[in-house]
Amino acid sequence: MPALIDIIPQGERIERHRPWPRFVVTPPGWRDAAAALAAGRATLLALWGDAGLAPMVHMAIADDATGEIAVISLPCPTKTFPSVGALHPPAIRLERAIGSLFGYEPVSAPDARPWLDLGFWDVKHPLGDRTPAPATHPAYAFLQTEGEALHQIPVGPVHAGIIEPGHFRFTASGETVVRLEQRLGYVHKGIESLMTGATLEEAARLAGRTSGDSTVAYAIAFAQAVEAALNVQAPPRALYLRALMAELERLANHFGDIGAICNDASFALMHAHCGILREEVLRAAAACFGHRLMMDRVLPSGVAVDLAAGGADMIRKTLRGIAARFPRLVELYDNTASLQDRTAATGIVGAELARQFGAPGYVGRASGRAFDARKTPGYAPYDRLEFEIPVLTAGDVNARVWVRIREVEQSLNLIEQILARLPDGPIATPLGGNGAPAEGLGLAESFRGDVLAWVRLDGLRVARCHLRDPSWFQWPLLEAAIEGNIVADFPLCNKSFNCSYSGHDL
Amino acid sequence: MRRTLLEGLTHRPLTETPPAADEAALKELAASVDRAARQKLGRSLAIREVDAGSCNGCELEIHALNNAFYDLERFGLRFVASPRHADVLIVTGPVTRNMREALERTYNATPDPKWVVAVGGCALDGGVFAGSYAVVGGVGAVVPVDLHIAGCPPTPLQLLQGLLALLQRPPAA
Repeated sequence: MPALIDIIPQGERIERHRPWPRFVVTPPGWRDAAAALAAGRATLLALWGDAGLAPMVHMAIADDATGEIAVISLPCPTKTFPSVGALHPPAIRLERAIGSLFGYEPVSAPDARPWLDLGFWDVKHPLGDRTPAPATHPAYAFLQTEGEALHQIPVGPVHAGIIEPGHFRFTASGETVVRLEQRLGYVHKGIESLMTGATLEEAARLAGRTSGDSTVAYAIAFAQAVEAALNVQAPPRALYLRALMAELERLANHFGDIGAICNDASFALMHAHCGILREEVLRAAAACFGHRLMMDRVLPSGVAVDLAAGGADMIRKTLRGIAARFPRLVELYDNTASLQDRTAATGIVGAELARQFGAPGYVGRASGRAFDARKTPGYAPYDRLEFEIPVLTAGDVNARVWVRIREVEQSLNLIEQILARLPDGPIATPLGGNGAPAEGLGLAESFRGDVLAWVRLDGLRVARCHLRDPSWFQWPLLEAAIEGNIVADFPLCNKSFNCSYSGHDL
Repeated sequence: MRRTLLEGLTHRPLTETPPAADEAALKELAASVDRAARQKLGRSLAIREVDAGSCNGCELEIHALNNAFYDLERFGLRFVASPRHADVLIVTGPVTRNMREALERTYNATPDPKWVVAVGGCALDGGVFAGSYAVVGGVGAVVPVDLHIAGCPPTPLQLLQGLLALLQRPPAA
């Protein structure tokens, strides 16, 4: 594979963008980059609009193997740009979102329907020219399905459970799902619009509430982006404390997921026991950092609170208790044939799709994609810690459960290492900057996959911030995974993905 | 599996002593819900949860109410799948414009008498999302609210204290 820098079309390099380079290109250069994505020479990390300085679209691309990242920018004075989705399907929803939020049109895009804009806003193109919304909207055109004896099952936005809202349109032949089409955007809160002009403290609170289950990972990605832009380093102790919180968050979520997946196969015993483990982790987090989900504990500059006195011993005690009990639950999962019957060979994501979509997190790692932002590009302190990235190839619900089980084991071990090496010193560093516009990119591995944050700062205020949830590249794969499965297995497949609605909808 | 099940029988339960009902919640209910309706409270209540725009933090803590430590069902409170089976709607999040109609329809599908509990800082007034083009505001801007449980997100204990207020019946006249 050629180095990423070789496939990037020649363009003007923007000096104020850190830590990875940003290039401004022309439309042919933009098309070349799209072709490189389509040819599998790079992975699409994000694609977003920007109306701040001039109408522009940006895409972040990565070399999976080396972790090299670059941002490519295309000015679009006519508010059009060559569609990336026409060549590379993972870009389709991102371009539809750009169309709805900014009014920039991807030329020859395969799908021109709106995304996120469900027709309820007062403004059209809220991040672009903000024109008044039309009084009436055409009905959303769901994809057509034709065939004898097909029937449709509309589900949501309000679902039967304590879960987030979204709409699923199933077309089934008997019990078999022929097609699932998702329609999302119900929890769109306009976070990127609220970010614009916000102070760093306000923006960090918003970033930490983009997807509450990944609040620590979002706060880390946002802090990384701001610190890169301002060219400052959080102190070592803060970096270790961030990793400690991130691993506690990963543990809590993985316990929740493992239990909930089993519960969706009506195996309540696992759910009950995993719920206990999750609660113990959250209580340890509350005792050590003053908040069960550790919201607002990571800030640009460092962390907001130090580990409470006696916190390290408390975490060790909690985790040793968990480490003693977890293997029995794994054995229970592995040896219950009726449960395996539901999870094995259900909801398969093929390796090629996982690669093409750059499937983040356990969705990718259960389908052969060995990517974890903690390793590549990697960030402190993980470069000094020993851990493995579990990768499986079956791509089914069972594999996604096993990746989580293995990651729990890795996180338990990581936390031991973090506590053993936790350096002394300050927990935050003053943020200066010379007031000049500055741009930064951050990439942090949440329990769900890599969260990307991109900022342009104007002094110590946010001029533009884009947050890309891992779910953007997982939701479409869920549509693929359910095809050919029975409707009754959808909850199981869905839970094994556990995509974020809020993180996706922004 | 046998060992895990047997231990469940022989070990002491993890379930904790219930907290007292939250005083502020009791006062709010006394003010917002009339006496006749309150007489109907205090029994087993079916709860339907509606996420009207939350970041999903509140959902995580509402989920936790069902774990072995809090065991919500011991109080006769249980989550149901349909608003048509519900006495209480728990609504989280700032209400987004995209969820407004869905929330109204869920409310209208819930049979009377019904009570609405708004959970979390966003459900009170939109929280950090107030003022966005995509957000209507707090839950009260869309459906009448009988009880607020504050917090970002409220802890399961705070949720329990608030919900237990629903179970306190006013003394007979």
